[in-house]
Amino acid sequence: MLLLTLLLSGCGPAAGEAADPPGESVGQRAIQNKGSDTLVNVALAWAEAYRQVDPTVSIAVTGGGSGTGIASLINGTVDIANASRAMKPEEIESAQANGINPVEFVVAIDALAIIVHPDNPVERLTIPQLAAIYTGRITNWSQVGGNDADIILLSRESNSGTHVYFLEEVVRGGEESEQIFAPQTLFMPSSVGITSEVRRNPNAIGYDGLGYVDPEHEKILAIAEDENSPYYEPSVETASNETYPIARPLYMYTAGEPTGAIQEYLDWIRSPAGQEIVAEIGFVPIEETP
Amino acid sequence: MTTVERTNGGQRWQQRKEWLIEALIRVSGISAIALIALIFIFLLREALPAFGQLGASDFTNSRWYPIEDKFGLAPLIFGTLLVTIGALIMAVPVGLTTAVYLGEFAPTWQREILKPLIEILAGIPSIVLGFLGWIALAPIVQRLGASTGLTAFTGSFILAYMALPTMISIAEDALYAVPREYRDGALAIGATRWQTTWRVVLPAARSGIVTAIMLGVGRAIGETMAVMMVTGNAANIPALAPDIFFQPVRTMTATIAAEMGEVAQGSLHYNVLFTVGIVLFVITFAINSIAASVVGRSKPRPRASL
Repeated sequence: MLLLTLLLSGCGPAAGEAADPPGESVGQRAIQNKGSDTLVNVALAWAEAYRQVDPTVSIAVTGGGSGTGIASLINGTVDIANASRAMKPEEIESAQANGINPVEFVVAIDALAIIVHPDNPVERLTIPQLAAIYTGRITNWSQVGGNDADIILLSRESNSGTHVYFLEEVVRGGEESEQIFAPQTLFMPSSVGITSEVRRNPNAIGYDGLGYVDPEHEKILAIAEDENSPYYEPSVETASNETYPIARPLYMYTAGEPTGAIQEYLDWIRSPAGQEIVAEIGFVPIEETP
Repeated sequence: MTTVERTNGGQRWQQRKEWLIEALIRVSGISAIALIALIFIFLLREALPAFGQLGASDFTNSRWYPIEDKFGLAPLIFGTLLVTIGALIMAVPVGLTTAVYLGEFAPTWQREILKPLIEILAGIPSIVLGFLGWIALAPIVQRLGASTGLTAFTGSFILAYMALPTMISIAEDALYAVPREYRDGALAIGATRWQTTWRVVLPAARSGIVTAIMLGVGRAIGETMAVMMVTGNAANIPALAPDIFFQPVRTMTATIAAEMGEVAQGSLHYNVLFTVGIVLFVITFAINSIAASVVGRSKPRPRASL
């Protein structure tokens, strides 16, 4: 589990004090930011760059998964929760029961890349083919134009927002259904677990955020909505013009309408300066929002 | 204390002191039992709501997929047992032969080098071994022909490695505790050194050796991080085939570790994870009880025969 904690503080005495209520304190202002492992790299980069913008604000970034971040927001222990999926209605309900009204911000777009070993001859797949592969109806690469070898399925753990998104949009094809991952699916505890297994296993297939994929070591497949649609490779361009079919917004949630330092930080994240970092990390910047 | 000091008052003081010491010893003795009871009660309290909402058929489901409320425990129990049995198959022969060599055959200078080295092995953090398994062992397993390097066997191998130091140290201590007269007697009536070891020393050290194996099992069943890194975590029951150990599995410990951090406290999934904890607890308890009864049965020790 990726639990990267980077406390970016200006060494001010107030920065690391646990006794501080989340939010503002006098002088040094601390922001607690926690959640999605998909977002953690870009969140760290934002926090680091923001130190130049406003040295009086220190931002502590923690990973752990979308569910963890949202749970912390509900419990009132973080200021900003990072999530790679939208909050579920029951999560919003339990937040409101705690007197917290979550406010949603889209901060970046992520394209999910489908990756295989570079030696795998398969170049492209459709969403229905992917669904059949991940539910175990297709078990051999030769059924989709590859070698005669069993397909090794890789997935993130079921508590990851990426997993939930993939389940809903790919395994179930965006429809109501009872389909779930085949039992032989390997659940990897991290994004890195998936890329490293794909690099060494010629028969593995996995999915990972575009920001985590290295095209030199993993082959990125072109994906089509169905067999009659054109195939697209994931990129900043195909994700932002919505031609690549497996792209999703990434969110930050605050407890109530943000004010003060938190509001300034979120405004900066969604400004061109903040979105430039999004592109550097490998995600897709959002359109200019008012 | 001399007899002169043993006045009436002195005796009373002495009695009180002894009573106090006895009471302290009794409390610390009982506290172990109380702690186990408390752990069990706590597990039960957190797990009970799950039994209210789920029936036996939910737990005997063949799928574990908690985000869709599929809580079949079978794949997890199977995964834990497979990895543990694999570890034992590897660790018991190696551990016992090492202990016998160290205790009965090795010259003193070799013992002096080997024993500290084995103790260093015991000190390696499990996460380091897990990491080694992930980057070094898994690719080898894959090259040997498995469809992926992340298999039950990879986990067993790492666990065997982890259980070995405990097993060797305790088994060797048990051999050491066998009175010298046993060996002398056997040798005096003409037994060879090997016959003495196999027929006299090993049976005499039987209970200590069973304890060594049990502690090894305990280490293997309870290990979490290393196993999570190398077994692939697929909640699947592999088909009964020769390659059963070379399939990915998901253990109970890895499931609790991977999922506990993310569940909402008090949710059904949360309660079921405590149920998994109870199952783990019951399995370890059962194994230890069986081991205890095996050890108990060996008393009085059978007469060694040549």
